[in-house]
Amino acid sequence: MPEQFFWGVEVVLNGLMAGVLYALVALGFVLIFKASGIFNYSQGVLALFAALTLVGIMDGQVPFAHLINAALGTEIHHFGWHLPALLAILLTALVMVALAWAVQRFIFRHLVGQEPIILFMATIGLAYFLEGLGDIMWGADIKNLDVGLPQGINATIDEVTYEWFGYGFFIDNLDISATLIAAALVTLLILFAQYTKQGRAMRAVADDHQAALSVGVSLNFIWIMVWSLAGVVALVAGIMWGTKMGVQFSLSLIALKALPVLMLGGFTSIPGAIVGGLIIGVGEKLFEFLIGPMVGGATENWFAYVLALVFLVFRPQGLFGEKIIERV
Amino acid sequence: MKMRLTAAALAACMAAGPALADLVFPDLSYRTGPYAAGGIPFSDGYRDYFTLVNERDGGIGGVKARVIECETGYNTEKGVECYEATKGEGALVYQPLSTGITYQLIPKVSADEIPLHTMGYGRTSAKNGEVFKWVFNYPANYWDAASVAIKYLLDENGGDLSGKDITLLYHNSAYGKEPIRTLENLAEKHGYNFSTIAVDHPGQEQKSQWLQIRRERPDYVIMWGWGVMNQVAIQEAANVRFPMENFIGNWWAGAEHDVTPAGDAADGYKALNMNRIADYPVFDDIQEHVVDAGLAAGDGSNVGKVLYTRGMYAAMLAVEAAKTAQEIHGTADITPAMMRDGMEALEMTEARMEELGMPGIGPEFSVSCSNHGGSGGGIVQQWDAAAGEWKPLTDYIQPDQEVIQPLIEEDSMAFAQENDISLRCNES
Repeated sequence: MPEQFFWGVEVVLNGLMAGVLYALVALGFVLIFKASGIFNYSQGVLALFAALTLVGIMDGQVPFAHLINAALGTEIHHFGWHLPALLAILLTALVMVALAWAVQRFIFRHLVGQEPIILFMATIGLAYFLEGLGDIMWGADIKNLDVGLPQGINATIDEVTYEWFGYGFFIDNLDISATLIAAALVTLLILFAQYTKQGRAMRAVADDHQAALSVGVSLNFIWIMVWSLAGVVALVAGIMWGTKMGVQFSLSLIALKALPVLMLGGFTSIPGAIVGGLIIGVGEKLFEFLIGPMVGGATENWFAYVLALVFLVFRPQGLFGEKIIERV
Repeated sequence: MKMRLTAAALAACMAAGPALADLVFPDLSYRTGPYAAGGIPFSDGYRDYFTLVNERDGGIGGVKARVIECETGYNTEKGVECYEATKGEGALVYQPLSTGITYQLIPKVSADEIPLHTMGYGRTSAKNGEVFKWVFNYPANYWDAASVAIKYLLDENGGDLSGKDITLLYHNSAYGKEPIRTLENLAEKHGYNFSTIAVDHPGQEQKSQWLQIRRERPDYVIMWGWGVMNQVAIQEAANVRFPMENFIGNWWAGAEHDVTPAGDAADGYKALNMNRIADYPVFDDIQEHVVDAGLAAGDGSNVGKVLYTRGMYAAMLAVEAAKTAQEIHGTADITPAMMRDGMEALEMTEARMEELGMPGIGPEFSVSCSNHGGSGGGIVQQWDAAAGEWKPLTDYIQPDQEVIQPLIEEDSMAFAQENDISLRCNES
């Protein structure tokens, strides 16, 4: 078979893997939008904050060290421990739950009943606040994140495909891990939503706030739970992207990769986020491979949005989004 | 009583305002945002050197230097705001550490008559002092860097690059596109096959680009990156097993934080540098007079790093230019116009750098009316992951002015024509 074909297959496989990484970010948006109707602008910053906190806890970094040292004249920077990755991840998840409580307690509890645009603006404020808080807590330098996930070409796939086709396919071990973790995460989220009391309450709130309230569902609790789940999803996304590029402030920009996924998959569907991510990942990689060289390359960023717009023309609610019918 | 009140009010106003004798050096820094990892060490080095000069030497020619820091976030609009907010303080020279901000400031500094120094970035053709009276880019510029990289590869290949495949992986911006023309002209001269691959801002996802490199297997990849693009590119190069010794970044892709996220996999990666990294005696002075005295801009952990050293080098060049200006005009209290004269008469010799406690930190060069760009020399350094440090591989390599100079002439003359600028430096 021609070499071009194998290259194309390799591009598609890598596009699928990249799509999973995009979907991980998009999932956080979906969870919050589905339960509260809030488009959470701060989801990318949540991933950054989670990753910063994880590295800080793992490396025993003293939060707010600069402030403490400046105020007390001390020279304390580290606690002197290095925690195992799993324990650090659990502790970071607890921090994200605490953050969810704080967000609900101090911001959204005061904005119940406000217009969606007001809630959206509040998340913009939250994004800038969290970015600044992360900077003050953990510093702005680039941090290495190593939770034991393998990186680099998968030698087995390379060797086997070379033996079969005479061309060794490149698949990144980190992408394989991300795919497995994302699959597990989505399965758990779906099981949680379908088979647990809290999950059913979350779906009830998503369907109709007032009806859910009338049958005794606590909106406050559900929103804290949803923000916590979004925080944990952000932590997973932060781990994947942080392992790949180091934990740094540009990590918050991964949200830009999630927007076309949401436009395509719909803002209210968990499977939509996954399928949308895969379509965007494959679409942008194939376009770059086939058309990119003719137009000077670097097409991925804008093509993802073009692809999403094309889908929007035919399905404004996205592939899996709920069609909104308002009767007057 | 009324007189006494007026006198007291006047005294209070004078006390509240800036000291007239201060020499003001604005620091358009970026300590926040996606590019903070590069902006912080540079700004620390820049500020710490001025603090050192104040503490150890009592200032420049007896006059204290005052650094006004303004956060740009590497954002062009904020950079211009910072310029507007600080120029009235008597700013002597601006070093914005951003090509985008530089392009916006060129017409402004020319109108306001304040020098702009863009060391290794900004508008390359500003080297032509006949056109750009207020802009300086010594000791080197982007086109020098491109030529230094090719000269190094020529040395590596016994002076012959014909038939070799060289790919430029570049940030898809005005900055990233800067070296393309120079590398194309050098390809014509030396016979290598040149191709380009663009990476969109910010560069977090480069799978397509590195799959292309894996397929095409160029002999060398030269990178023009900044920020997260660098870390991802180095990691992806390791992922596709591209030989690190054949991967060369420019001097904005050669700091410690560019390589450390990839860990051991980054071992052997090379980068250009316009300032050599070493354990300079001046660092002992900074430790004693600045860090230990609690006057450092940061916590002192960046001292000696690539971008800290570059920031310190930038400040040193500003201080030396100010001293030259003081000598020329016979006054310690210099104006921006006098500072410009000092910059245009600046001469950096090895002896002077040694005297300042930083031997060999930069190339020897002298600035003149027509040459605002210095000698253009750069070194190649290599990352040693085990030791966790950059090791210089070469001495300062001089760029190929035969190729660069005509490009500078062409671009600067076009600018002069567009902006109706009459040429200087033809007094004789």
